Amino acid sequence: MRRNVLPGLRLSLGVTLFYVGLIVVLPLAALVFKAASLGPEDYWRIISSSRALASYRVTVLSALGATVFNLFFGLALAWVLTRYRFPGWRIVDAMVDLPFALPTAVAGIALTALFTTNGWFGSILADLGIKVAYTPLGIMIAMCFTSLPFIVRTVQPVLEDLDPALEEAAQSLGGSDWEIFRKVILPLLTPALLAGVSLSFARSLGEFGAIIFIAGNQPMSTEITALLVFIRLEEYDYQAAAAIASVLLIAAFVMLALTNWMQSRALRYTVKG
Amino acid sequence: MSATRTGRKPPRVGDQPLFRRMLIGIVLVIVALLIVAPLVVIGVQAFSKGWAVYRDTIIHPDTLHAIRLTVFAAIVAVPVNTAFGVAAAWSITKFDFWGRRFLLVVIEIPFSVSPIVAGVAYLFVYGLQGVFGPTLDEYGIKILFAIPGIILASMFVTAPFVARELIPLMQAQGRDLEEAATSLGASGWRTFFSVTLPNIKWALLYGVVLCNARVMGEFGAVSVVSGNIRGQTNTLPLHIELLYHDYQAAGAFAAASILALIAVFTIIAKVALERQGAGRVRRPALVANPAEKTS
Repeated sequence: MRRNVLPGLRLSLGVTLFYVGLIVVLPLAALVFKAASLGPEDYWRIISSSRALASYRVTVLSALGATVFNLFFGLALAWVLTRYRFPGWRIVDAMVDLPFALPTAVAGIALTALFTTNGWFGSILADLGIKVAYTPLGIMIAMCFTSLPFIVRTVQPVLEDLDPALEEAAQSLGGSDWEIFRKVILPLLTPALLAGVSLSFARSLGEFGAIIFIAGNQPMSTEITALLVFIRLEEYDYQAAAAIASVLLIAAFVMLALTNWMQSRALRYTVKG
Repeated sequence: MSATRTGRKPPRVGDQPLFRRMLIGIVLVIVALLIVAPLVVIGVQAFSKGWAVYRDTIIHPDTLHAIRLTVFAAIVAVPVNTAFGVAAAWSITKFDFWGRRFLLVVIEIPFSVSPIVAGVAYLFVYGLQGVFGPTLDEYGIKILFAIPGIILASMFVTAPFVARELIPLMQAQGRDLEEAATSLGASGWRTFFSVTLPNIKWALLYGVVLCNARVMGEFGAVSVVSGNIRGQTNTLPLHIELLYHDYQAAGAFAAASILALIAVFTIIAKVALERQGAGRVRRPALVANPAEKTS
């Protein structure tokens, strides 16, 4: 290895490790420590209580629903933004980031206003017999909103870099558009899609601000796990809060590992020698 | 090549006019319903009780206090995270050391962790039932349910923002320029300010803008550690929740309109910075350095 002549390793690495240690690692370690202090039996009892299980179910199912919606809509949006030019496409492209830029609490009250039974959309849906606000459907819509940019923004660059020659070759071999999309384009997009899906799903599992306004927050039916943690805190039941929060933390770590694994796989196929 | 070019490109997959128009139509309708409508409804609701109610909400002392606290949190948290981001990017991209990749993953953790989990985690460090809480209490230092707690929680949530923009870019730029500068006798700081910084300024600003938006809008983590004391520890997002649950919907939306405006400005700044080339080198480089041999 080449001898490094640049200065500043000690200072920059020192600052980095100190900050990461103090701001990121210490609090999470304290949380794990608190949850671990419970003992396996109490821990299991808390995290497998029927109310906690119901909260996992509604969180995971809504997150799955939102992610599947975003998979299709995000892909369509990324496709439209890279392949087609129409008046105002730049504005639409910029708007994709709104869910990231808009504070979650603001998104939460705005979506609730739209979907309550006297809101713009809620009143129309109510006539059709569909209730969104204060039901799991509302949770799903809030998750769709907050996690939409992930899939668009991971797929878009790959779609932009796609070599037109591949399509031309497939076309010259007589492939129909649908065949070419399915057999040539989609396999090239898959790693990016999967990475976007795991980011989107992880975000939905932990989302709080956008959801609590629209969710109704009824135990056993529309109470998400993050809210259950919050409620346990308000009841001064710190151990239960720690235990349930640790479940969310473990889920986050699993998703983080999965995302990193997928992205390093994606890289293997996209990096040119 | 140019001889055969007639100005008409061959049709690509999905270029049939009917399909194209339908897909654009469907996508635009969903964008209008899912993204534009929430933004519009904020404005409509904010002024639903008229301009006077809007103005009264904004100039109410509690709202003004919430705005001041939100701005203060950003003034502290954003520069600190910027300095951290630069330090992290410098150490990770300019040097090889053991555990570099692991450090990258650790820096990214706040992105995947629920803000509520972040808030709870801080409770177990600085709260009375936490590690340091009792000691701090003895000395009368209050971190939780006070402004320091709000700032710390915001720092956790936004810790990776600047680093994430800088690391892939600086990795792609390599070390040659800096090495040339130091070999010509420039000091470390001089090298950074006159060689590295000009190359990363737009990406740096990009990270700062996104970091700022998130600090000002953070809700979950802050709501755990703030204690929600009206006029004392309420940030703007918390103030919105408070007004909303007080059945002052118009007031809540009036306060929300300020944050929505900040979000719109953030997006405009983001687009402007992307024109300068920021935000181009994307995340995958963070995960693994393709040029690096796996040992």
